[in-house]
Amino acid sequence: MSNATTGPDNLTGVTPDTGLKIGQSDESGPMLAADGTPLKKSLNRALRKQKIRALALIAPLLIFILATFIYPIGEMLFRSVENQIVGEVLPRTVRVLADWESENDPVPGDAVFSALTKDMMVAVEEKNHTRLGSRLNYEVSGVSSLFRKSGRSVDDFGEVYTDQFIALDPAWEDPLTFVSIFADEAWVEADAAYDGEGRRPRFLLRDGVGEVLPQTASMYRDFARVVQTEDEDSPTEEDVWNSVYLALYEDLSVQPDIPAGLPQAEMLATARGAVADFETADLRAAFVDVDEGWEETRVWQTIQQYSAPYTTGYFLNSVDLQKTPDGVDWRPENEQIYVTLFIRTMIMSTIITVSCILLGYPVAWLLANLPASKANLLMILVLLPFWTSLLVRTSAWKALLQNQGVINDLAVWIGIVADDNRLALINNATGTVIAMTHILLPFMILPLYSVMKTIPPSYLRAAKSLGATNVTAFRRVYFPQSVPGIGAGSILVFILSIGYYITPEIVGGTKGVFISNRIAYHISTSLNWGLAAALGSILLAVVLLLYWCYDRIVGIDNVKLGG
Amino acid sequence: MAIAFNPTAAKPLRPFASFSLPLMIAFGAILGGALLQTWDMGPGLGMITGAVLAALLGYALSHHLPRKTGRLVSLGLVGVLGFILGGPLGGLVGLIIGALLGWAAYWLTTGDYRRGVPVYSTSGQTLWHNAFKFICGFIFFFLIAPILIVIPLSFNAENFFTFTPGMLALDPDAYSVKHYQDFFTNPNWLQPLKNSLIIAPIATIISVSLGTLAAIGLSQSHVPFRRGIMAILISPMIVPLIISATGMFFFYSQLGLWMEQYLGMSKDLTGYIKVILAHAALGIPFVIITVTATLVGFDRSLTRAAANMGAGPAKTFFKVQMPLILPGVISGGLFAFITSFDEVVVVLFVGAAAQKTLPWQMFTGLREQISPTILAVATVLVFVSICLLTTVELLRRRSERLRGMSPG
Repeated sequence: MSNATTGPDNLTGVTPDTGLKIGQSDESGPMLAADGTPLKKSLNRALRKQKIRALALIAPLLIFILATFIYPIGEMLFRSVENQIVGEVLPRTVRVLADWESENDPVPGDAVFSALTKDMMVAVEEKNHTRLGSRLNYEVSGVSSLFRKSGRSVDDFGEVYTDQFIALDPAWEDPLTFVSIFADEAWVEADAAYDGEGRRPRFLLRDGVGEVLPQTASMYRDFARVVQTEDEDSPTEEDVWNSVYLALYEDLSVQPDIPAGLPQAEMLATARGAVADFETADLRAAFVDVDEGWEETRVWQTIQQYSAPYTTGYFLNSVDLQKTPDGVDWRPENEQIYVTLFIRTMIMSTIITVSCILLGYPVAWLLANLPASKANLLMILVLLPFWTSLLVRTSAWKALLQNQGVINDLAVWIGIVADDNRLALINNATGTVIAMTHILLPFMILPLYSVMKTIPPSYLRAAKSLGATNVTAFRRVYFPQSVPGIGAGSILVFILSIGYYITPEIVGGTKGVFISNRIAYHISTSLNWGLAAALGSILLAVVLLLYWCYDRIVGIDNVKLGG
Repeated sequence: MAIAFNPTAAKPLRPFASFSLPLMIAFGAILGGALLQTWDMGPGLGMITGAVLAALLGYALSHHLPRKTGRLVSLGLVGVLGFILGGPLGGLVGLIIGALLGWAAYWLTTGDYRRGVPVYSTSGQTLWHNAFKFICGFIFFFLIAPILIVIPLSFNAENFFTFTPGMLALDPDAYSVKHYQDFFTNPNWLQPLKNSLIIAPIATIISVSLGTLAAIGLSQSHVPFRRGIMAILISPMIVPLIISATGMFFFYSQLGLWMEQYLGMSKDLTGYIKVILAHAALGIPFVIITVTATLVGFDRSLTRAAANMGAGPAKTFFKVQMPLILPGVISGGLFAFITSFDEVVVVLFVGAAAQKTLPWQMFTGLREQISPTILAVATVLVFVSICLLTTVELLRRRSERLRGMSPG
């Protein structure tokens, strides 16, 4: 497209021609692009630009899916092993209990009960003890009520120490005494200046007091926090808990001397001298008095086993195993349900898949071999169920399969079945299989059809003209070529059916439900979310494995929808 | 006996007495035995009546009447007989039996049963061919009947889930539209309908806009990690709903609390946002798959031509690319819409009672109190899906025509 005035020789800029000239001028050098840069570099730059543009188009969706879908799935996987609640609610108890060995000692020592008193006090005020109770109840039944009952009376435990401290010096009753010992001056000032607006100044522990009175300091810090957050009050006004006195008693009993630098050092020193003669309280007896469960080795073993922040407990539970002191063992017979459910899910999904193959194969064959106009018409009969709401189809099956439903009425009317002996078609495995075969059949027919469409009918004719009988021709020539379609359809149907929830829930009764119904039950009714997450993770692993097979057989890009 | 000759089958027909007659008798016996006995005839008597009737009809029709007239005669005759015996319902059943007998008489005697098979087929092959057709017919019946049976059931005047005797007697009083009235007046159904109509379109818009962009990105010639990205984007379709719902349950409850606390949103609003986001995620794979499939046939030189003529990327996209891939985008959008509109499990886990959607209400209805209003809703939804299916099919054909993949 050049003319006389802008011919190649009149141009001052770089043209493909000059690029070529530059390239020719240095024969040994690299091939150059039009603007004189090496061709390789130039191409790479163009490619990089293209890649970045493609990624920029994909990025919004990728981020969206990662945030709204992949992350939630990841969180579910995390939930299935997460177990921080025991360590968070009972930090002191867990620490002391770590040294306990159940073989030597059926019930842990007094130190554990003392730690439990303190932890329970905080937990009760923050209303965490019932949560912990229901968590541990998944492992040992009865723990839930144990925690609930103990929570009601734990604030009285250790009162005997409180009384004795106050008898020693009435100043111990004054909350300000504790504030002066434990609180940082900066906090005291900030707290005094607080006028009820905004956030309360966060409690700060005085420097150094933690080394002298470690238990009391940590207990008092918890007390101050709870009073501030739960009661919305100031620690300067609230009466100190009995468990703080208990901690103080324990600290003073082991503390050889009180540094003079500490506020109220004199008072502390006096108390330190007196504690040796204090009357002690039997905390273990107090707990056992509330509920004898505290004397059961099993309860303590469970707390000890589940004190780590991560646990395999949920996964063990979801395959009917449990942790015992002697290692992993089966759960009691009457509590074993999940392995049965997994097996049932697998068996029923297999039955559904096989029924779909048996029903889908002839139809797909017919559709693939009919002339296009007729096939398109019949295809609508396959696509209509595919597009119809799942709930519509499930309601239809509920109406059809019921004891007083259409199928039974028809059977009685024709006289196949006696009126008083109607077929049990619903609320059992039969109902689930029938309804789900109907619902998933299009997912079998469509991939089968798309594979069969590619098999030339002349192959069958060639086989027959070479002397094969109909059966041989089908078995040796047609069927092997349709196997990819069967594989694709089967895996699709199988993956879909093992995760089904709605249809089994409505037509399955108790004998026809899948593992997904159990997951839903744990999410919405029993609230055992960790177990639901573990069951979900196992199911996800199975599905991903199957999907990997699907990818090997069909390829990820060949997923087709609606013909 | 003169042997009739069928030119299309190009094969002499089998003699009437030894082939068609016994088959007709057997056919009549089965129909009679199954159906006639309900009108106070024993199975034996019913079978004999059916067999005699079928034999007479078979002989008379095929030997003395042309096909069309013969079929009408059979229809009328058996229909009237049924009406005398069993009232309106009997008449209906009689009409069906009459049509079947009339069809069978000609099908057997004229050799139509050999239509679909080559001339050289043996009897066994012909038998198998026809049996195969019947089997396929039954499977199609199995596929479609449950959906169609919902329609008459939804006009039930009683609160039953099955046909009442009145309905079977075709008594007009046994039919009513009261369940439809209930659906369109009861707030228990109207609120879910409204929720569904809020949630599904917004979720569809999100998935279509993001999904189309990404599909265009994915169809470029050089995309790093294409397989990995594709796997992630399609994953909401692969992962069983119950697992997605479990994962989303944990995540969205925290997200909801966070939005309430830090963004100051009301509980209702966060509920809708949560369900919409979850549904948008579920709909995206369908958009990706349909739009990438459309883009496979897209002629890339068109965008280059547009650029050559001075159109910017945005203009090229809206004026050149978009009109061509629009059918794919719309059908992807319809898939996303139906996914959200049909979805129960995720909304059950993620949503609160205020976000109750139509399928959710149907689900609780089926589990707790079974009201035929569900069937009325189901009928409405069947018509919605017929409309959607028609649209998608038309779009698919248009798209194929545009891409020159099929002539019609």
